[in-house]
Amino acid sequence: MIPQAVLDEWYPVGMAAQVGPPPGRETMLLGQPITLFRDSAGIRVTGPDGDLAVTVAYGHVWACLGTPAHALFPIPEATQEGRRLVDCGVVRVKCSPLRAVENFLDIAHFPFVHTDILGAEPHTEVARYEVQIREDSDEVWATKVHFYQPQAAKSAEGGIVTEYMYRVPAPTASVLYKTCPARAGEWDVIGIFVQPLTEELCDVWPWMALFDDETPMADLIQFQQMIFLQDRSILENQIPRLLPLDPGMEIPTQADLTSVAYRRWLKRKGLTYGAQMVAA
Amino acid sequence: MILYDYVLSASCYKVRLMAALVGERLDLQAVDFHPGREHKSASFRDLNPAGTLPVLVDGDLLLTESTAMLVYLATKAGGWMGSGAVNAAQVQGWLAFSARLGASLGMARLHDMLHYPVDIAAVRRAGVDCLRELESHLTEARFAGRIFLVGDGPTIADIACFPNVALAPDGGVALDDYPSIRLWMRAIRSLERFIEMPGIHRLHELKPAPEAV
Repeated sequence: MIPQAVLDEWYPVGMAAQVGPPPGRETMLLGQPITLFRDSAGIRVTGPDGDLAVTVAYGHVWACLGTPAHALFPIPEATQEGRRLVDCGVVRVKCSPLRAVENFLDIAHFPFVHTDILGAEPHTEVARYEVQIREDSDEVWATKVHFYQPQAAKSAEGGIVTEYMYRVPAPTASVLYKTCPARAGEWDVIGIFVQPLTEELCDVWPWMALFDDETPMADLIQFQQMIFLQDRSILENQIPRLLPLDPGMEIPTQADLTSVAYRRWLKRKGLTYGAQMVAA
Repeated sequence: MILYDYVLSASCYKVRLMAALVGERLDLQAVDFHPGREHKSASFRDLNPAGTLPVLVDGDLLLTESTAMLVYLATKAGGWMGSGAVNAAQVQGWLAFSARLGASLGMARLHDMLHYPVDIAAVRRAGVDCLRELESHLTEARFAGRIFLVGDGPTIADIACFPNVALAPDGGVALDDYPSIRLWMRAIRSLERFIEMPGIHRLHELKPAPEAV
């Protein structure tokens, strides 16, 4: 039985640009078969009980199996002048959708998994940063995250200390803001939108809004895919398969503050699809 | 030398790896294989009518088969081809075997990762058959005091077969049952100037054992 709070959230189900006429594309959401197609009314998503609530935003189609508890979260940078919006396609990962989000929030693995790109030994320390669950927007935020990176982005030349902000605005979506190598004072914005197919299988749709007028689109996409595919084999081997929300199974360190807040937020809101409540 | 490249492609990685090992610099041209399917576009088919990656261009030479690219890079650099009639023939045998790996383990990976429509049970089964053949051969080699597929040193046969084997877990085929394959992969990852790709990690330096307490 899926909790109502889970059903009433928005989830990504596909790239808007790829939705075609009927019969469209069959996929899954929270274990239910759904179909995406485009007709005269626009993009539609149908499930076992008829049409689902649909929002098209940030290059992707978002659907809700229940009654939406709120509007889809805002990303103001998506309409900011001068940014290039990049749909990075889909990667399927055999892991809990919540684990895919949690991995995105983690910095400590950069030197070991994204060696010489997002991190490098001996620069492995994660300095203290700030985490809060913002009551006004009901989002998890991590700020003042700093990390040394050999090649922070496709447009980066040489190593820089990158500043990050992380944000979890929906149970299976995260958006990060990082130092923009091409434009001082601005942030590059990278999202991962995770489609929960089942509790242990997900489709991950990375998306970017960058200031970078020079790098060809194919290079931007491949840079992001390279990073994400370095994570995939790690994600598929994490145990337990479901994300533990009860403390006692795993011992967090100071570097895991964002993850701790994310798990607490999920638990408080009853967003337990892909999670385990009892220490195994 | 220009390589039309996709970062997640095992076949493209074969060529990037070979070039790195022999010290040949490649000018990488990213092709939007996914999600853009640029390799099937009319303009890309003007370059390669088969609509496949990788494509290697060196002056007037245009190659569209990764094994042919390995032959070209290796022959230019010298070595890597197997010496003598027997070894040279065996190298050709393994190049053909590498195509079976691509059609089995490679397709399982594309299915699990990028939604390719294939009979997943059938390609995984075919992949396991390949792994068993490879394990058997490499075990014999180990008993004879060798570690690579042909002769005493690495050849293009190793480079052709390595990527789809190392990436097998991406397609849901575990390598736990194949100790000789794992040691062979380690030997390849130990080669000077080895480069990684997503899903194939470099050998991190072995750390000294912690002090006993």
